[in-house]
Amino acid sequence: MPDAPRTLGDLALEVRSKNAGPFWMTLEAFMPDDQTFRIADALITAELISELYHVASASVQLFRVPDLRVVKVSFPRPITQGSLHDRDMHAGQHHVPLANVLCS
Amino acid sequence: MPDQSGPPDGVGILVPTGMLGGGFSPETITRGISLGADVIAVDGGSTDSGPYYLGAGVAKTAGDAVRRDLRLLLAAASSARIPLIVGSCGTSGTDSGVNWIAGIVHAICMQDALDLTVAKIFSEQDPGQLMAQLERGRIHALPPSEPLDAVTLRRCAHIVAMMGHEPIEQALRAGADVVLAGRATDTAVSAAFALMRGMPPGPTWHAAKIIECGGQCTTNPAAGGVFARIDHRGFTIEPLDPDTACTPASVAAHMLYETVNPYTMREPGGTIEVAGARYTAIDERTVRVEGSRFEPADQYTVKLEGAAVSGYETVSFTGIRDPQILRSIDEWAEVFTKALTGRVETVLELAPGSWGADLRLYGYNAILGELETDPATPAEVGVMLLVSAADQQTATEISKLANPLLLHLPLPTMSYLPSFAFATSPAHIDRGAAYEFVLNHVIDVDSPTGMFRLEMEPGHA
Repeated sequence: MPDAPRTLGDLALEVRSKNAGPFWMTLEAFMPDDQTFRIADALITAELISELYHVASASVQLFRVPDLRVVKVSFPRPITQGSLHDRDMHAGQHHVPLANVLCS
Repeated sequence: MPDQSGPPDGVGILVPTGMLGGGFSPETITRGISLGADVIAVDGGSTDSGPYYLGAGVAKTAGDAVRRDLRLLLAAASSARIPLIVGSCGTSGTDSGVNWIAGIVHAICMQDALDLTVAKIFSEQDPGQLMAQLERGRIHALPPSEPLDAVTLRRCAHIVAMMGHEPIEQALRAGADVVLAGRATDTAVSAAFALMRGMPPGPTWHAAKIIECGGQCTTNPAAGGVFARIDHRGFTIEPLDPDTACTPASVAAHMLYETVNPYTMREPGGTIEVAGARYTAIDERTVRVEGSRFEPADQYTVKLEGAAVSGYETVSFTGIRDPQILRSIDEWAEVFTKALTGRVETVLELAPGSWGADLRLYGYNAILGELETDPATPAEVGVMLLVSAADQQTATEISKLANPLLLHLPLPTMSYLPSFAFATSPAHIDRGAAYEFVLNHVIDVDSPTGMFRLEMEPGHA
């Protein structure tokens, strides 16, 4: 028996991140069924994102898409794409802090 | 173009790949043509790979890959007598990008004896003219950016404006068989021909958004092209690879991809609204979409993109394997930064703030930096030092001062000099000018075509 899933990434089909233009970053959690969607829906709040990504919670936009069982999060990139301190040009690895959040 | 009166029942759009130069099989095109394509549309650009391509005015894609794709597309468009539209030529849509693609198209037409009228639409902007618009209060910031100022505008190495569908339609009406557009919205490239033929804006813009990334809206994004037929009530979409499917979920989910908001998307002339869209499976690989809307805006706005030189950079790289150092890698990084700052102040007499450095510990916490909570002690670390200065010579000099530290810097508790693993000789590489995106603004315009320059090159037959 495998261990019970514990992180959002364990529960999800996919958690991903990407640029939405040079000045925004967007993350999505794709959940496999209604039950896990409800867990993700309750878990992902502007406050959680603020804490994980060091951004102002007022700048976080949340979209809950029950038809697709997706929670989507967008916020301004704290570090503009391509600047000296940007280490993730496509923001393609920034899903990890969200995926690592414990669900229970 | 044959002159036809009254809108047709539907318009078929073939998108062979999400990016010109990305490659596709010849069967992709054959299949799209046999499904009744009325136009081939392909995107040639993106800001996604960073500000360098706009700043330097060079393309990301390999010339030979673009040539290979264009040869197949030009042959298909010519024999089916349908237009080919390429958007955001040369990655960033600069004038050099349009001319680069035009040169390739011209050479293929000569070699393959194709008689095609080619339109070039230039979208690069003169800062002086934008300055006048700025003074008239016609340039506005998009979130999260600050209002534009004259200094930022003057700093830009290149500025492009993102065209809507109107300049492309103007080129098609002027008789273009091939339209090579500078910077354009990804959607305008796919939407232009259908809008010109009288298809309704709601389904047309929504279809254009779904197909612009090629196979991204299918169950196998790597498989490539897609075909959409837009009609007066909605649109129908299917992949061009017979082993791949569009499902209601794969199509609907594409509105999430690289967008801030999955329900609305602003185009120059209005907003695509898809919250009311219904996605229905017609068969196991074809999806029908109805209920999308397009809300015209009170003011037509054109988005500006600009990249400016942020500095000149040198990158150095070394490797650390010694467990004693790795156990205290944060401390080592702190000592390194202090030592380098001191050497730069002493030797080059440069104040902190007049140059910059980013020390990245790959294998430890380079990618997420301070967002990384409690990373484990790594087995080895790749240390990348990125130095930025006002000119290349200074960036190189700073990197040369950093070299002995990247080779030998001990922890304060060590009584000997360790030696680390340089990957190359020399350990540094000059990167030349580095760029940053500095525009995230729109300009109010009276004419959708006014900022764009159309040049026609008639065929030779």
